[in-house]
Amino acid sequence: MIPLSYYLVFAAALFCIGLYGVLARKNAIAILMGIEMMLNAVNVNLVAFWRYRTPDLIVGQAFAVMVFAVAAAEVAVGLALIISVYRSRHSISADEIDMLKW
Amino acid sequence: MTPITIVFLITAIVTLGAAVMVVTARNLVHAALWLILTLFGVAVFYVLLSASFLAVVQVVIYIGAIAILMIFAIMLTRRVMQDTGPTVNQGWWLAALISIALFGGLSWMLSTWIGFDTNMPQLSQGADSLQQLGQALVSPNAYILPFELASVLLLAALIGAIMIAWERK
Repeated sequence: MIPLSYYLVFAAALFCIGLYGVLARKNAIAILMGIEMMLNAVNVNLVAFWRYRTPDLIVGQAFAVMVFAVAAAEVAVGLALIISVYRSRHSISADEIDMLKW
Repeated sequence: MTPITIVFLITAIVTLGAAVMVVTARNLVHAALWLILTLFGVAVFYVLLSASFLAVVQVVIYIGAIAILMIFAIMLTRRVMQDTGPTVNQGWWLAALISIALFGGLSWMLSTWIGFDTNMPQLSQGADSLQQLGQALVSPNAYILPFELASVLLLAALIGAIMIAWERK
């Protein structure tokens, strides 16, 4: 059988790859993809902890469902922002979007 | 090496390889397609963890909605982001360093935890996790408040997305 450690190490690796995408990529949509991968890694952890540690309480799955809802909200607002910025600046490169920089 | 371990390892390698391709691919459409493969891999893990409902939701919401929405956004903003120039900023090595350090730190911290090598317990017979989940989400003794908050959040986010993307004449 697979011990819990496999899932935890896999989720940590997926999270770190997503983190690299968020920190390093220029394109704002690529940054959103990195965030999606990080949220997925968190979800894998939630479900793995539910299955291995508390299989009789459903809390892990319940909060994984919450993460799904938050991810959907986040991606909807994020893509709307990107399209709005694209319309006014004709660029979605994250280092050119600096209107809020003082 | 039981068959289920082999399935796990193959899925993990494919998923992580696809994830690396997502953050390194030059062409964003390719990155989105690799992202779909990554999300499928995570759905396989939900199946392995006997969370069947979440596996279905993963395919329907993440692949069916979010990934397709991303491809839409890529197509709408394609004209300027041609496949020229670097796709990462100057501090990419710092980002790589932080990611590797975080992975090392997380693995070390988890390996010192006493429950790190827990084996999979048997699910109690006759317990339907889907029914439990449905009841937990609407029961006043469980998670109805976060559930309703998530609904309000989704509504607010959708209205906000429409307002932000609205083209004012």
